[in-house]
Amino acid sequence: MITDPTGNPPVDAVRDAVIELERVTKVYRTGSISVAALRGVSLTITEGEYVAIIGPSGSGKSTLMHILGCLDVPTAGRYHLAGEDVSHMSETALAEVRNRRIGFVFQQFNLLSSLTAWQNVELPLVYAGVSRAERKERAMDALGRVGLAGRVNHRPGELSGGQQQRVAVARALVTEPDLILADEPTGNLDSKSAMDVMRLMGELYDAGRTLVLITHDSDVASAAGRVVGIRDGLLSGRDESHLESQSIHS
Amino acid sequence: MSWLETLRTGVNGVRSHRLRSSLTVLGILIGIAGVIIAVGLGEGASSQVTSEINALGSNVLTVTPGSSTSSTGIRQALGSASTLTMSDVSALESKVDDPDVKSVAPITSDTEVLTAGSETATTSVQGTTPSWLSVRGRTLAEGRFIDSQDVSDHTAVGVLGATTASELFTRGDPVGQTVDVAGVPVTIVGVLTSTGASSSSSTTSDPDDTLIIPISTGAERVFGGTSRNAVSSIALQAESASDLTGAYQEADHLLLQLHGITTASDADFTITSEASLIAANTSVDHTLTILLGGIAAISLIVGGIGVMNIMLVSVTERIREIGLRKALGATPRVIRRQFLVEASVLGILGGILGVAGGLIGVLYLPGLIGDPMTTSPTAAVGALAIALAIGVLFGVYPASRAATLAPIDALRSE
Repeated sequence: MITDPTGNPPVDAVRDAVIELERVTKVYRTGSISVAALRGVSLTITEGEYVAIIGPSGSGKSTLMHILGCLDVPTAGRYHLAGEDVSHMSETALAEVRNRRIGFVFQQFNLLSSLTAWQNVELPLVYAGVSRAERKERAMDALGRVGLAGRVNHRPGELSGGQQQRVAVARALVTEPDLILADEPTGNLDSKSAMDVMRLMGELYDAGRTLVLITHDSDVASAAGRVVGIRDGLLSGRDESHLESQSIHS
Repeated sequence: MSWLETLRTGVNGVRSHRLRSSLTVLGILIGIAGVIIAVGLGEGASSQVTSEINALGSNVLTVTPGSSTSSTGIRQALGSASTLTMSDVSALESKVDDPDVKSVAPITSDTEVLTAGSETATTSVQGTTPSWLSVRGRTLAEGRFIDSQDVSDHTAVGVLGATTASELFTRGDPVGQTVDVAGVPVTIVGVLTSTGASSSSSTTSDPDDTLIIPISTGAERVFGGTSRNAVSSIALQAESASDLTGAYQEADHLLLQLHGITTASDADFTITSEASLIAANTSVDHTLTILLGGIAAISLIVGGIGVMNIMLVSVTERIREIGLRKALGATPRVIRRQFLVEASVLGILGGILGVAGGLIGVLYLPGLIGDPMTTSPTAAVGALAIALAIGVLFGVYPASRAATLAPIDALRSE
């Protein structure tokens, strides 16, 4: 695969684009000072791709992640997620899009400590209005897929960091989203747990999921099929998609 | 997301912060219990007053002797002079002069010691006529009342009040027994039904602690006194409550005329509506209820502010949770509902426990403070509604703060 300097792969007629960013900018205003966190980012990610977005802190990668995750809207430019224009959606419509299309994995795991593992996993399905019985079944199934079938009734406090992150991955999977967005998923883990989680991500990729990984760590980024660099609010022309990622995650 | 799910999430939120939730609930609990107790006291007092009014007989005016100002200009105490006589009574009984007066009962009364066997009782002995029964709105538990034959024959017969009857005759039927009143053996012919009015009342003497004898018997044989024609008071029953004013004016006019008094302010008698005396007392009870209710209302507001405070703390503390829930697809409306439900659950819990606490107070407090209290289902339901309303009202602001948080700000916070 060859990418042009803006990071877009050649148009693939067979596969649909999951993410299409067109000259997206994001400007934060604090009083009279305005800071441009993104300065015209264009990026296309197709279905089944595993893309790492790598950049140092202050590069704008968190802002990009927020926009990709529909947690924030761009100041200018267009963002189509699975063919749907989400650039100017209301808060309520964005919540529905997040619920339906995106599975999040955060650095801080972000599990609710008062709920058990399966109750954490079923949470997105609660907001999707899925019936109780079906929710439990799907949550159990997702926990089985991340290898935690024996830990479904444990609360986050009773699980190791690696296990907690796997619960979070199960929660990201449970809605069968169009996109799984992982923000520094290994940032709070020891190297062994980090490898476990990266192996899990690799398995998801193999199963045909679309994955976007945001990180500052090039070792972690190297697991992806394509690496996109970001610096000073612009995507760099760095092209590491030729890397033999297969050897890393299998 | 269904309401049931929202409720489940809300209850879970309350349960996961037990200590904090209990303290908040306590604030509401105290306020609601206060409302129940205040209403219980107020209603207890007013139902007591109502039963006293009923005991006095409805539509009744009382004429008492004594002038506001004597002819010499010296103010005299009520009842200090025996200016009312049986001729006044006969005049008042005439339908021509006072059509609004239905019946007239002259009363002479004195406190006497009653003796029956080994039992004695000091009670108010009232000499009157058969019309007393209907004027006072009383009924007989057994036997008969004094009749006009008794009055014209000066018979030594009497009718006992329920309390006096049970004091003098602990066993057996009082009817047919003889009671010694100031050396006169009086045969008991009947017993009055208990009015149920509380004996602790300070408004009037206990209407159940009395002995009724014919007025003539009282004047001739039981009570001493210089004027056998004088009466202590005259009870007038109006045709109906709406005729009370008319009856008052007619009686006033008639008595002034009979006594040869031209200036109303020189009247040697006073006409009072006993209900008006009680109404004055009722307004005191009302003031008390308003005061207590006010304190309870203030504590409810404080409790509500407690709910708001806790919910605001909760929103701040759970900012990451809110961010996460939003990231997972919770709409602002769902988040707002979740926090509203949590606040309402706190309010309702406080309400239920407060009603329980209030009812316990209403059950046991009268024994301690001696005032009657009433449990009112309306107050209980109302208090629950108020508790819920407080939860919702004071939950609105924290809930909308939670709802309007930007998901990224909420997720980013540490």
